[in-house]
Amino acid sequence: MNNLELQKKANEVRKGIITATHSAKSGHPGGSLSATDIYTFLYFEEMNIDPKNPKMETRDRFVLSKGHTAPGLYSTLANRGYFPVEDLKTLRKLGSYLQGHPDMKHIPGVDMSSGSLGQGISAAVGMALGAKMDGAANRVYTLLGDGELQEGQVWEASMFAGHRKLDNLVVVVDNNNLQIDGCVSDVCSPYPIDKKFEAFNFHVINVNAHDFDALRAAFKEARETKGMPTAIIAHSVKGKGVSFMENKAEWHGTAPNDEQFAVAMAELEKAGEELCQK
Amino acid sequence: MSEVKKIATRESYGNALAECGKEYPNLVVLDADLAAATKTSIFKKAFPDRHIDCGIAECNMTVIGAGLSTLGKIPFVSTFAMFAAGRAFEQVRNSIGYPHLNVKIGATHAGITVGEDGASHQCNEDLALMRTIPGMVVMCPADDIEARAAVRAAIEYVGPVYIRFGRSAVPVINDNPDYKFEIGKGVLLREGTDVTIIANGICVSEALVAADKLAAEGISAEVINIHTIKPLDNDLVVASAKKTGKVVTVEEHSVIGGLGSAVCDILAEKAPTLVKKLGMQDVFGESGPANELVAKYGLDAAGIYRDVKSFL
Repeated sequence: MNNLELQKKANEVRKGIITATHSAKSGHPGGSLSATDIYTFLYFEEMNIDPKNPKMETRDRFVLSKGHTAPGLYSTLANRGYFPVEDLKTLRKLGSYLQGHPDMKHIPGVDMSSGSLGQGISAAVGMALGAKMDGAANRVYTLLGDGELQEGQVWEASMFAGHRKLDNLVVVVDNNNLQIDGCVSDVCSPYPIDKKFEAFNFHVINVNAHDFDALRAAFKEARETKGMPTAIIAHSVKGKGVSFMENKAEWHGTAPNDEQFAVAMAELEKAGEELCQK
Repeated sequence: MSEVKKIATRESYGNALAECGKEYPNLVVLDADLAAATKTSIFKKAFPDRHIDCGIAECNMTVIGAGLSTLGKIPFVSTFAMFAAGRAFEQVRNSIGYPHLNVKIGATHAGITVGEDGASHQCNEDLALMRTIPGMVVMCPADDIEARAAVRAAIEYVGPVYIRFGRSAVPVINDNPDYKFEIGKGVLLREGTDVTIIANGICVSEALVAADKLAAEGISAEVINIHTIKPLDNDLVVASAKKTGKVVTVEEHSVIGGLGSAVCDILAEKAPTLVKKLGMQDVFGESGPANELVAKYGLDAAGIYRDVKSFL
């Protein structure tokens, strides 16, 4: 898929995030929007998957370690054909399969239940290790928040992945520099993030999270890296694509009201139209 | 009394893993720098490529187990009960229990028979913690034969299982040729009419000795071994309580949330009965030789005998 097509898909994914969180009246749009281009690249370009056969044994695996940005994952899965886009409106509602955080038992395409920060990366490490033990070609991708790096388990998992030379593992950090209580760098700084992963024997790539050329190059480099896992530090804008949500910590876990929903959707519609004219 | 064979159930655990390793190529064993103590070293010797030492990082190990299970492996996550159920509780709850993954937790060095290491390492809360997780099977075998059978049953069962093993050697009591192990099925070891003693783990053999002493005084005690605390053998517990009218539970665990509580839960509902719960009475343990600790906290045959008599 070329960059323009990816941009169009990403715009649709963003609409789904806004629609789902508006309908739910809760959820996490900020970090879903910052990671949208990463989700889009992974599911429309990078990963070996089949939406018609979500449990295909040879598929690549994805673990959303920052599970609260489930609306971003669900919208991507829906737009990729795992389930109807219309169902996004049932997010977080009683009886819906679209639980507040990823639930592998009920959601097609979700490879691991997650939500409690710091655990998803360990599950991904376990998957990468299992594939290695079997000599299988599966690759494993996991997405972490930068605030999540404050969880000690992230570094237990990283130490293990580096030690075991899991070169089928890619850890992506959505580095939007915001967490619930403010700037990551003010709350409890994880910086320098790249140096930390390097110290745990990762190959590290810094990348603009909203530049598909850069993402394409980074994931290619990860695939070509042998003998060590790769960490992609994706520098992103929280709330990306919705002007009033951008770079604002308060949009971490707040849903748009009716008025905000209308403004956000109008912006995204306009962005979509502009992409169509390119 | 003739010499009784004694084996620590952690030893049985290591042996059972090694025995099953050939039959189950998907069996993998994880440890956190305690392989020599948990006895997974026995499996490691036989199957070095399927033994994964995660270093001293139990939370990570627990969820690596979860990840491995999604690829069809049958992981046994092994460390001391304190860390398996305590430190990594939330990892077990959210990454194994909630998605109902096929991960087995082999927790050794449970209870006060850890001995000299003291209260920081004597986990008397693990069964209570594990029992609260929906869908978890929770087992506490009494001897070598039962521990090995429990490991095999856990492998054959699909879903999350917690098995508790001990550090100290315990007598082999299940050497009856008719012995059959089934998850969730208690074992009636001795029939009686005056009181029911329900025990698990190391307390089962002690309860049998106590029952002998009670019998010598004309007190007929029924002894039940509940190796699976969840799902509990409700029918067996209720039937026995109805028959004897008085129940004593014995466990090397806090009386809050463990076997005693599980028995009370079902009896309160189906057959209200007076129950005396023997175990750790809401206190921490302490350093000392295992047998002296068991005696101090009233979990040996003498203590059980004394408490049953005063209860009747």
